[in-house]
Amino acid sequence: MSSDSFDIEKIALLARLKLTEEEQLRLGRQFEGILQHIDQLNQLDTENVEPTSHVLPLQNVFREDEVKTLFEDGKYLSLAPRQDKDHYEVPQII
Amino acid sequence: MKYEVVIGLEVHVQLKTLSKIFCSCSTEFGRPPNANTCPICLGMPGVLPVMNKKVVEYAIKACLATHCEVQTTSRFARKNFFYPDMPKGYQITQFELPIGLNGYINIETDGTPKKIGLTRIHLEEDAGKSIHGENLGRPGRSYVDYNRTGVPLVEIVSEPDLRSPAEAREYLAQLKAILDYAEVSDVNMEEGSLRCDANVSLRPVGQAEFGTRTELKNINSFKFVQKALEYEIERQAKVLNQGDKVVQETRLYDSDKGVTFPMRSKEEAHDYRYFPEPDLVPTVCDAAWIDSIRQSLPEMPEAKRDRFVSAYEIPEYDAGVLITSKALADYFETSVKLLNKPKTVSNWIMGDLLKELKNDDKEIDECPVTPERLTDLLKLIDDGTISGKMAKTVFEDMYQSGKPPAEIVKAKGLTQITDESALAKMVEDVIAANPGQAEDFKNGKDKLMGFFVGQVMQASKGQANPALVNKLIKEKLSS
Repeated sequence: MSSDSFDIEKIALLARLKLTEEEQLRLGRQFEGILQHIDQLNQLDTENVEPTSHVLPLQNVFREDEVKTLFEDGKYLSLAPRQDKDHYEVPQII
Repeated sequence: MKYEVVIGLEVHVQLKTLSKIFCSCSTEFGRPPNANTCPICLGMPGVLPVMNKKVVEYAIKACLATHCEVQTTSRFARKNFFYPDMPKGYQITQFELPIGLNGYINIETDGTPKKIGLTRIHLEEDAGKSIHGENLGRPGRSYVDYNRTGVPLVEIVSEPDLRSPAEAREYLAQLKAILDYAEVSDVNMEEGSLRCDANVSLRPVGQAEFGTRTELKNINSFKFVQKALEYEIERQAKVLNQGDKVVQETRLYDSDKGVTFPMRSKEEAHDYRYFPEPDLVPTVCDAAWIDSIRQSLPEMPEAKRDRFVSAYEIPEYDAGVLITSKALADYFETSVKLLNKPKTVSNWIMGDLLKELKNDDKEIDECPVTPERLTDLLKLIDDGTISGKMAKTVFEDMYQSGKPPAEIVKAKGLTQITDESALAKMVEDVIAANPGQAEDFKNGKDKLMGFFVGQVMQASKGQANPALVNKLIKEKLSS
């Protein structure tokens, strides 16, 4: 499914999703609905409103530059679906 | 057709923090694969990044050192794309509100100074390292090491102000020196703490609009930056001269073959869908913070060069060489404190010392000859113990063995013969052996002086004090 404002196949590709034709139709309709809702929001005058990037009025939340080790080496690697020679194994790149 | 070259560089610089940008993992280089990882940099669900304060300080320092305006408010964004070396599926970077804007650095090529504009400096996290399966004996698969994932980077983007590969190389050298002096990065191209991408295009001379550009990646040395650009410029000129169009694309540089080739294009054009990073709050740098960092900024390369010229009265060329790295400049200054002969020290550093280091592919901080040893050697020349020529041999030995100069001089029996009576005997012998030349000299053939000095030096196996030999020959032959 495609509409004037979006291409469902491209969106699926960007998200690395394989969609059946039925899913494309259903999700496309939902997406259409979301965009309509945003169109509705766009009618509001936000000329003098600062864009929100964070919901809490916080700034400069920092940590000190200190090294901490949570678990010993190799702990996470052992959880990976595929691993070999201390590396995470993935399908061939290029 | 005559073309003008237009180059802009994007330089990624690793900041030398102990821990990563958003988690407490070590940034240490050379650890076993995947040793420096945790749920945050591995992109596990539900984890939260927390900004490393030192990263912001270093970024502010980098901005100040390159005359960028530090932005009061900067913010992170998510850059979305899938690649195995980036486990979250997005990179946290700065997009609309980078930390620094509108800077410049000064360069000089062939004696012509030029100001190169910096568009922006922004902060981001590094990606991991992918290894092709062939290299681990497993073709058909790829492997990922996430140690580098989340290491703090600043990306420094220049204006398209560079007009030749030589200027690009010089820009990179200056930038490297500045960041080295500011002590924000190790700026080591071999270890990847300084990486460079180059945008290059050609336009007919006199044309205002830019031509179509290509982006060169994978350039990991100063020499290659210049070589890759030279190759690419020639390639584009050929394309344009044939009446074809340059294709806008990303190309990789193959340093073995000395060519650039197109990176296999991705299936679809990039669509990063940047949006503000909701897990991080804005960074606000107020004037007090920026000022306190400005106070801590050490002397920058340009200021040091000017000071070297005026304080030590060495030529601008020498100063320019000596300031290329902070460690080298420090080596020079320490040496001059030990022996107040700046030009002599400079000559030895620029000559023998840098030559040996270059042969060994070593940096000055790995130099086996300390400033103390170097100046001890120069003092031996000064007090007449050895000649300048002998000192060169001693230096080579010092560099190889790491022994003090006096010990080498003694072991090699290199001490200069300054005993006048011993030398007088040699001079007499030489004259006696060459009566014809002696007669000619007495009759005004002054040029034979060199001949006699040479003979005496040979007889003394190079150990005679040349000044004394000169004096003695004159005395004997004029009487």
